Amino acid sequence: MVVVSLSPERVDLVFHALADATRRDIVEAAMGGELSVSALGRRYPISLTAVQKHVAVLERAGLVRRRRLGREQLVCTDMDAVRDASRLLDRLEVLWRDRLDRFASVLADEPAGDPT
Amino acid sequence: MTVTDVRKDTDALRLVVTSEYDAPPEQVWELWADPRKLERWWGPPHWPATVTVHEFVPGGQVHYYMTGPDGTQYPGWWRFTSIDAPWALAFVDGFSESSGAPDASMPETTTIVGLVARDGGGTRMVVESVWDTLATMEKLVAMGMVEGMTLALGQADAILAEG
Repeated sequence: MVVVSLSPERVDLVFHALADATRRDIVEAAMGGELSVSALGRRYPISLTAVQKHVAVLERAGLVRRRRLGREQLVCTDMDAVRDASRLLDRLEVLWRDRLDRFASVLADEPAGDPT
Repeated sequence: MTVTDVRKDTDALRLVVTSEYDAPPEQVWELWADPRKLERWWGPPHWPATVTVHEFVPGGQVHYYMTGPDGTQYPGWWRFTSIDAPWALAFVDGFSESSGAPDASMPETTTIVGLVARDGGGTRMVVESVWDTLATMEKLVAMGMVEGMTLALGQADAILAEG
């Protein structure tokens, strides 16, 4: 059998975390490297406290990592967690590529011209 | 190559695959509309699909089963949410219990299909699949891998039998 890399509890946390547009944007923004919570706060028309709450949800889901630097909190996206979704989409891409190869073969079997 | 473009959205858990064919849209459409054609490409090789119900109308159901190399049957279902011949259709698909009722514990996929006539003839088909959670995708991938493994074992048996 296949080793499933995420526990059901973790999957729920990840899904909940990614269900919000601001949190998805934070994940994307912090892919490039560490961003301070105050820098994130300037990106959105919401309070710093609200940003901190979003970051906390993402951190619980394992999608971002957070560390303190002086008075700042720095956030960066955990690329391994993001790659989980990416890896699954890779597998499902293969499923559809195989399916469409067969689709093309069935189509090629048809007599050219009028559809039946 | 049939597939001309693949887009993956890891946030929205969405896969969009674009493919192109020389046949006109009406002919490509038949592969969705005709159950005898559908069953020839939906399932993996050596897992032939048999479509028993195919109500090709909005709200209509498809019932089918795939038969594995060892004869085990895996029933599945579709529900068409919209049909606009020969340009667009949308459906949800999943797996069924042996009674034929949808198995709620199994993964569901929402798929939207669009056909466009290409300049100079032929058809471009865009298939967009969306999953609700990573867990759904994990399950589907796990099942696909089981199919692949069984297939590989079946082929090994055939090679051994030829001895």
